[in-house]
Amino acid sequence: MGAFIAQFAVVAMLGVRTLPTRIGASVMTLVGIAGVVAALLVVLSIASGLDEVMLNSGARDAVVVMQAGSGGNEMASTLELPATRAILEAPGIRRQGERLAASAEMFVVVDVPKKSTGTDAHVPLRGVQAAAPFVRDGFRIVSGRSFEPGKNELIVGSSALRQYEDLEIGSVKKWGDVEWTVVGIFTAGGSVAESEIWCDVHVLQPIYHQGSAFQTLHARLASADAFAAFEEALSTDVRTGVVVSRYSDYYGGQSTTLTATLRSVGSIIALLMGVCAGFGALNTMYAAVAARSREIATLRALGFSAAPTVISVLIESLTLAGIGGLLGGAIAFVGFNGLEASTMNWATYTQVAFSFQVTPVLLAQGVFYALTIGLVGGLFPAIRSARLPIATALREA
Amino acid sequence: MKFIPLLWSNLTGKKLRTAFTSLAVIFAFLLYGVLAAVENAFSSVDLAGNDRLRMIHKVTVVEELPVHYFDRIVATQGVASATYASWFGGEYQNATNFFPQLAVHAETYLDVYPEYLVDPEQYERWIATRTGAIAGRELAERFGWSIGDRIPIRSTIYDQADGRDTWEFTLEGIFVGEDGVVDESQLFFHHKYLEETNPWTDGQTRWFVIKVEESASSVDVAERLDAQFANSGWETKTSSERAFLQSFINQVGDTTAIITSVVGVMFFVILLVVGNAIAQSVRERLSEFAVLKALGFSDMSVGWLVLGESSLLCGASGACGLVLAWLFVQVGDPTPGILGVFHIAPNDMIAGLLWAFGLAVASACVPGVMAVRMSITAGLGRN
Repeated sequence: MGAFIAQFAVVAMLGVRTLPTRIGASVMTLVGIAGVVAALLVVLSIASGLDEVMLNSGARDAVVVMQAGSGGNEMASTLELPATRAILEAPGIRRQGERLAASAEMFVVVDVPKKSTGTDAHVPLRGVQAAAPFVRDGFRIVSGRSFEPGKNELIVGSSALRQYEDLEIGSVKKWGDVEWTVVGIFTAGGSVAESEIWCDVHVLQPIYHQGSAFQTLHARLASADAFAAFEEALSTDVRTGVVVSRYSDYYGGQSTTLTATLRSVGSIIALLMGVCAGFGALNTMYAAVAARSREIATLRALGFSAAPTVISVLIESLTLAGIGGLLGGAIAFVGFNGLEASTMNWATYTQVAFSFQVTPVLLAQGVFYALTIGLVGGLFPAIRSARLPIATALREA
Repeated sequence: MKFIPLLWSNLTGKKLRTAFTSLAVIFAFLLYGVLAAVENAFSSVDLAGNDRLRMIHKVTVVEELPVHYFDRIVATQGVASATYASWFGGEYQNATNFFPQLAVHAETYLDVYPEYLVDPEQYERWIATRTGAIAGRELAERFGWSIGDRIPIRSTIYDQADGRDTWEFTLEGIFVGEDGVVDESQLFFHHKYLEETNPWTDGQTRWFVIKVEESASSVDVAERLDAQFANSGWETKTSSERAFLQSFINQVGDTTAIITSVVGVMFFVILLVVGNAIAQSVRERLSEFAVLKALGFSDMSVGWLVLGESSLLCGASGACGLVLAWLFVQVGDPTPGILGVFHIAPNDMIAGLLWAFGLAVASACVPGVMAVRMSITAGLGRN
């Protein structure tokens, strides 16, 4: 039995071992599959990069309160001062020392030139209150200082700093009649806040003729379980007329359309190109079987069954595809992982910065897809090898 | 011409392999065509009229301008006509059914955009109906709308006075583009309806579009307009429509550019793979070409045969792929409306065919030269 397995294994590996004699075509197949996998991974890594930013944009206990009917758009929401006060009375908001971890905010848009294109992009300018950093996870001023209350000072998210022109500390920005000075740079745990510019909301209110009104209230609850009671209290309070959403739902919902589109576009591209690469693999493997036909026929004449030769063809194509998949994964990872870009957040028409994420899961998907191409490309030639008429094949020149 | 049957029998000698190669070329050029259409969507600045300017709030288009600027704009020297519009940001049925809706000053919008053609009767009815809307042909076909249909759209930006966010429009007309490149996925409705129903926007608009008398003077007109509104409550920024659309597209397009360039590179990788397959199949049949030489074919004519064979294969398959891409694009934008204009330009089609023949030449090159140079005896001796 052991001897049988050993012989079986030797024959099964013959295809791979004779690969160097057919190196040209084999390399082409490998490169084709690598290309397909790389393209697939690049597109999908954009989707996972966006997910990374939007879905990780807050702990489960962070919430945003907006006027009912504002359609999930902070810009469309208005919270008058009495409503804002009523919200702060609702149970469940976490206490940060003496104060509540809640920040009434404004969300407006300013045009800043994007570094990559040199043309204006819509960048969110958020007016916040002192507690805003407690609502966002991982908020930290990484250089400079925070803005002083009442002054026309800005702090800039780290992604925004990298994506747009002239947002370094000390830069003076003029939007409308108002001049602002950048005084600090912040990070916020890789969340969407890093794509924003922040200032004191009380400075922003008069500029946008808001009086004492805000647009939204961002708060952190005592725990994730406090959400139900908080929501209940707000929905029964006639003074408010608001809806409350968890950060994860709010920001996640903003990107689902875009990520779903990216994923389907990526899949379509991969499918089209995969079919091409599959045909390439088929050609190569048919040629390989043809080149090995005398050898295969000899083995059959010696008494080997068709199984080991079939397997040898499959192993050869799977090996080629597997190497191609790994190569494609490596190209995508080395060339694109961590690459920073920004795109339109269609919910607010503002820019959101993200980085390409070639995750291990994606790499595994890519290699799996490559192996699928290899299997299909190897299957039919393998069947042909099994059906080879022994006598004719032996006689072939 | 008399060699066509010979080329054909060469190709059909190994039917399966030829079929696979041909399918790979078809798919590669299908991909090429679709990619060209996507590229087009993101360079749709070409739709911008050279004689049109966009005026927005100096800070950003998200801020509003007063509608009463209209009279002062049309009175400005060098301005032929003007109109204004606001982005409605609505969703039809669900969030993934995205298409652009604009609240427009109906009486002037089509003067400034003459490329949207509407039946005069439908146009009159639209003007007379406060809640009326006109939709592009492509959009109406996508949702199966016909004249008189009521279309509820939920806005993500505007609420009605009573707090409802769903607005109802009556379809009064369907516009078609003057030529194939006009965006027919839009819906236009009365700016007045927006203003009357949403009290906060009364007298406000997002942008003006200004048609200048002479496109050569558009820079001067833009400066004149901005100077006119400087130091007012709402300062303006006027640029060519092209520049405006370009900056908007750039906001989305960055990422798209990366995708298209990656896929573009991969298209060449696929060509490499396919070209190799073709070359390989010719190499394997070199002995057959030696037979032809023995029958009296000249060296050169054998070379032409090799080239003819690959040209026939790549040309026919490439054209087939391009036609398939064209059919795919006719079905319409596969994304939830992100692409807007979605078509393949004739230039892209021609370039595609050239690529197909380039592929034919490149893959015939090496085996062709081998076929030309080999001696009959050496060729016949090959296996």
